[in-house]
Amino acid sequence: MADMPQDAHPDAAKLAGLAHTEQYAYYMPENYAFRSEKGLTRRVVEQISYQKNEPEWMLKFRLRALEIAEKKGRPKWGPDLSHLNFDDIYFYIRPQEEKGTNSWDDVPAEVRETYRKLGIPEAEQRMLAGVGAQYESEMVYHNLKEEWEKQGVIFLDSDTGLQQYPELFKEHFATVVPPEDNYFAAVNSAVWSGGSFVYVPAGVEIDVPLQAYFLINAQSMGQFERTLIIAEPGSRFHYIEGCTAPTYNSDSFHSGVIEIIVKERANVRYSTIQNWSHNVYNLVTQRAIVQRHGSMGWLDGNLGSKVTMKYPSTYLMGEHAHGEVLSIAFATDGQHQDAGAKVIHAAPYTTSSVVSKSISKGTGRSSYRGLVQIHEGATNARSNVECDALLLDDQAKTDTYPYIEINEKTAHVGHEATVSKLNDEQIFYLQSRGLPADAAMALIVRGFLDPVAKELPLEYAVELNRLIELEMEGSVG
Amino acid sequence: MSEHSLEIRDLHARVADGEAILNGVNLVVPRGEVHALMGPNGSGKSTLAKVMAGDPQYEITGGDVLIDGESILALEPDERARAGLYLAFQYPVEVPGVSIANFLRLALNARREEGDEIGVMEFYARLQRAVKALDWDESIIERNLHEGFSGGEKKRSEILQLLVLEPSYAILDETDSGLDVDALKVVAKGVNAARGPEFGALVITHYQRLLNYIVPDKVHVMAAGRIVKEGSKELAMELDTRGYDWVRVEAGLNPVGDDEHAPRVGA
Ligand SMILES: Nc1ncnc2c1ncn2[C@@H]1O[C@H](COP(=O)(O)OP(=O)(O)OP(=O)(O)O)[C@@H](O)[C@H]1O
Ligand SMILES: [Mg+2]
Repeated sequence: MADMPQDAHPDAAKLAGLAHTEQYAYYMPENYAFRSEKGLTRRVVEQISYQKNEPEWMLKFRLRALEIAEKKGRPKWGPDLSHLNFDDIYFYIRPQEEKGTNSWDDVPAEVRETYRKLGIPEAEQRMLAGVGAQYESEMVYHNLKEEWEKQGVIFLDSDTGLQQYPELFKEHFATVVPPEDNYFAAVNSAVWSGGSFVYVPAGVEIDVPLQAYFLINAQSMGQFERTLIIAEPGSRFHYIEGCTAPTYNSDSFHSGVIEIIVKERANVRYSTIQNWSHNVYNLVTQRAIVQRHGSMGWLDGNLGSKVTMKYPSTYLMGEHAHGEVLSIAFATDGQHQDAGAKVIHAAPYTTSSVVSKSISKGTGRSSYRGLVQIHEGATNARSNVECDALLLDDQAKTDTYPYIEINEKTAHVGHEATVSKLNDEQIFYLQSRGLPADAAMALIVRGFLDPVAKELPLEYAVELNRLIELEMEGSVG
Repeated sequence: MSEHSLEIRDLHARVADGEAILNGVNLVVPRGEVHALMGPNGSGKSTLAKVMAGDPQYEITGGDVLIDGESILALEPDERARAGLYLAFQYPVEVPGVSIANFLRLALNARREEGDEIGVMEFYARLQRAVKALDWDESIIERNLHEGFSGGEKKRSEILQLLVLEPSYAILDETDSGLDVDALKVVAKGVNAARGPEFGALVITHYQRLLNYIVPDKVHVMAAGRIVKEGSKELAMELDTRGYDWVRVEAGLNPVGDDEHAPRVGA
């Protein structure tokens, strides 16, 4: 099973069929070096830790997290998760290392086919497939990496990070999102694998975004990735999670944890645009702690999946700390995007802004779930929340759950929500200029998302547009 | 003649499942000519324009519209546009987040084969020429389509698009209303720039004033969803001084200005 013939995959026929029936039929051959048994058990957790050859404290941490998860049970609010059955899930799969693959032609045909269906540019496809040496960006990246290393920057996948920097890792790991925090964080803590480990020393400013797709290898792609980002005082950088990178995982459950520590005067941006296959439950905990005068910006794009629950949260712990969330959700048939933001103002003069844009189509439903909390003593805190929903047809649904808790008289909190429907007059207008109806709709949707999309680096904005066009396909009756 | 003209033949249309608005319109605009379409409020001028462009809110119950002898009624609005028709709307919509430059590039490329997209420099030069022809500031191309535009700016944008898209036939629906005198001259200049043997236009207006700048080859008068009178540019002047009542009476309609759906006298 581990070694599949490359041109006669047993599921090739199935794959070909899927191409016609399901637009997002991502597919990944079951090439793995190790796979745990199904279900979430103590034995599985022990296996994972053993396979990874981890320090003792990590195994203990995992087991404690498992106990917490069992005690907590699943959340009783939010989207319907009743079809998510853990007994059917492999919680750990270590893929075959594609060592020695340095020719694009060596990449299995079905993998290339999957990339093609995703429409990933060939350059990035090669990267994803591990054909790094031939990819010129790889060279550019290697040079960058050398430069960063000279400045003391660490940019590794989390498993390697734990092995190479055990002290630093242990000091910060799970300090932002402890397993007690919520059920899915506890599950992730028990079975985590992969993700990125980023450390930027004091005062170091990086102009080029740190892009996670450069890290992609057998280790870093996971359903239960754990990302830990540490920004020392005065550092500044932008971390980007590759757009389509995690999608070729066809498993039905993804639950990542992202922890970010923004120290005094540091400035961190975290951007991710994710496009999951339509059978995935995507339940992610993203959180940042921001110290005095620090600034944290989230850009969070959610496409695909069956259910997404994702509320990037920012804890503003020091005076003048600033948090910003730009969020995009696109729910199509059968999908529920439950996304939003959480901002906790725990110190004076802290400021935050949340802009959420959601689109629903067909039987899709998007919800904005947000919390703004102003603690007592957080004098002169300011927060502004804006959520705009766009419905593409009469069937589509949207709802908002904005929770605002203010315990400080001097706080200024603004909240604004709009719901609009795709406007026939706009479509006719654009059509009258020569754009076909589907292109007209896609353009309107892109315009709606523009305030968020323009914050993305160009190549990601382009990719976002392409994903939207894919989602829009078949919108015209 | 039909070989090189925009032709409307006995066109009947109504609001989908609603009352009839166009009751047999006949009108021909040959290429190379500019015609004016006038008529009282509610007589059906905008409806005619939108029906020709393919607005799905109207239903055609009879007749035909032809471009250079080919019926376009079976075509989608975008196909009509690509067949050479352009409508400058009386009330252009706003499309937030979509810049004029980006939108026009997409619109131009929609007219071309895949792989034959217009070069960025070529496009930019074309856009710049159009902006200059309208005495406009270049920064306008980065603004979002009509977002926050004044009434006059919207009208100017409709002409800008016309100059960039270079249609064979244009219908301008009250592009002059809401314009100050200077803007009016600029818009007229734009239309006159498009004028030529390969271009035909139907200019809908209430005011003789515009026709001083865009001199029409012919004037059509619409009332109660039909063309009731045709004449030369002098007709526009006459309407300006005498109003529409006499035309309506001539056509056998009630001389009431405010109810276009009033029954015909003696009917
Ligand atoms: N979508 C619609 N639904 C209902 N009635 C409509 C619709 N479109 C047009 N009408 C009616 O049809 C008639 C003609 O309208 P139209 O806008 O074509 O007039 P017009 O000649 O352009 O008038 P104006 O000079 O005021 O612009 C009016 O009575 C108008 O109310
Ligand atoms: Mg009108």
